[in-house]
Amino acid sequence: MDVPFDVQSIRDAVARRDLSASDVCRATLDRIAALDPPLNAFRTVARDRALARAAELDARRDGASLPLLGVPIALKDNMCTRGVATTASSRILENYIPPYNATVVARLEAAGAVIVGKTNCDEFAMGSSTENSAYGPTRNPWALERTPGGSSGGSAAAVAAGMVPLALGSDTGGSIRQPAALCGVVGFKPSYGRVSRYGLLAFASSLDQIGPFASSVKDVAIVLNAIAGHDACDSTSSQVAVADFCAALEGDGDLRGIRIGVPRHLFHDGVDAEVMAAYDAAIDVSRNRGAEIVEVTLEHSPEAIPVYYVIATAEASANLARYDGVRYGYRAEDATTLGDLYDRSRGRGFGREVKRRIILGTYVLSAGYYDAYYRKAQQVRTLIRRDYDRAFMNADVIAMPTSPTAAFKLGERTADPVQMYLSDVFTVGANLAGLPGISVPCGFTSTRLPIGLQFTGRAMEDATVLRVAHAYERATSWSKEKPRIASELSR
Amino acid sequence: MSNTFSRGDVERVARLARLELTGEEQDLFARQLAEILAYAEQIQRVPTEGVEPTSHAGDAAALRDDTVVPSRPREEFLAAAPDADTSAGLFKVPRVLA
Repeated sequence: MDVPFDVQSIRDAVARRDLSASDVCRATLDRIAALDPPLNAFRTVARDRALARAAELDARRDGASLPLLGVPIALKDNMCTRGVATTASSRILENYIPPYNATVVARLEAAGAVIVGKTNCDEFAMGSSTENSAYGPTRNPWALERTPGGSSGGSAAAVAAGMVPLALGSDTGGSIRQPAALCGVVGFKPSYGRVSRYGLLAFASSLDQIGPFASSVKDVAIVLNAIAGHDACDSTSSQVAVADFCAALEGDGDLRGIRIGVPRHLFHDGVDAEVMAAYDAAIDVSRNRGAEIVEVTLEHSPEAIPVYYVIATAEASANLARYDGVRYGYRAEDATTLGDLYDRSRGRGFGREVKRRIILGTYVLSAGYYDAYYRKAQQVRTLIRRDYDRAFMNADVIAMPTSPTAAFKLGERTADPVQMYLSDVFTVGANLAGLPGISVPCGFTSTRLPIGLQFTGRAMEDATVLRVAHAYERATSWSKEKPRIASELSR
Repeated sequence: MSNTFSRGDVERVARLARLELTGEEQDLFARQLAEILAYAEQIQRVPTEGVEPTSHAGDAAALRDDTVVPSRPREEFLAAAPDADTSAGLFKVPRVLA
């Protein structure tokens, strides 16, 4: 059966009853069964739950008004789904079945979406390649020997391969935008506080944000309309009124009156030449749509990665203290005292990158080092925010490459943590400053690996970021390119 | 700040973090954390005198009304535990003192 791949068409077809939600669900499950084995994008396929949910929607008489009626969606495996395993790709949560739903799950289901499964990621979202999953890496649909990026690599790969039209990820330092770039799909990190984090397994609470992956900016806007907004269960979720993100995309893509900031001083060695060429061409496209291009300076951006790794690991060391073998998750069976139980359950349940970060985070918070590292990093974070505030006096959005390189090979960076961390050099700033950021496809390398373009905007001006990205997208055709693996089945 | 990070430092911090590490992990982390801290050293060069630290990027966290709302049944949470006495409503752990 032919199921359309864009959200609006699926929804409309189900609303008109040209297709049933069950048809769409079965076709999606078939595609996952056929395509996932070489990719390992999924941790869990929630087949029975999804089919039951789709049948329920088909039986409803009032479904036609739901904005995501019958639309299949996959969730990164760090969002709690009642009755469906939620592991954060960690051994320590191998058998964890949450008794409650994350707020995004409840909102998606209220909007008519069908959750088909949970996607692979770096353990507890710590990584940039999805190689830190305890359940094996996810592979990039464009080149199976390469990583999809991370940490939300499974969600990015699932959309890129055409298994699902939508997926959610989480972004703490680039974990939605970087894999979106490396997999050739659209990925959006909303402003901090725009989407509730209730039920998201916390990594670094002052930086974490949930956001969507899709094949187009419009689909991102549709799902964002369904999940954004204040939630009493997350006191850091914003009370600011939610814009209609779809309405922000109306019009003909004219960018007159929009100023796009270009921080060219950041683009030096380390940025791949083909990435740079695609970026420059993309800036020309936006200029041709009427945008004014202005040079901006983000003076403290070179310090953003070390600031991020001090703050994120400090917060992680506190957040991950809850995994102790008592209330949920893995428990070491040979402990004779409570202290041993903690040490062994954690030592054996967590993987290497997570342990490395817990040690680093505990160290920077420990007596004698707190001021020199943690407090210092928080002060530089203030300076990074001020840089953005200043830049946004002259620009409405800032454009950068999403990632300094296209997809790298599996194993290429695993031995060198600092090298891996540098994947996020252009993305961490938005997390430190709480800003919305999007990655849209903007070209390919000579070996046909996708390249991503990032727009970042003022806090709570998510709609402006989507509008500028949409105008770029409709002036180009990069988002329509699909990897060969996605078309093999439809023949 | 010194950039050396010894195996002893790793052991000390791992105790604080309640994390059992193998000898191999202690050696690996000592080397890698020294590298990461050397890299992080560049933030020391940034003048920050009088700069307020930023602890989060959102609006100030909103306070909610202090009203009692029902929570999910205790049994559901106990069911997720590795060891629990459901009828007593308790999580079970090994003895606290050695």
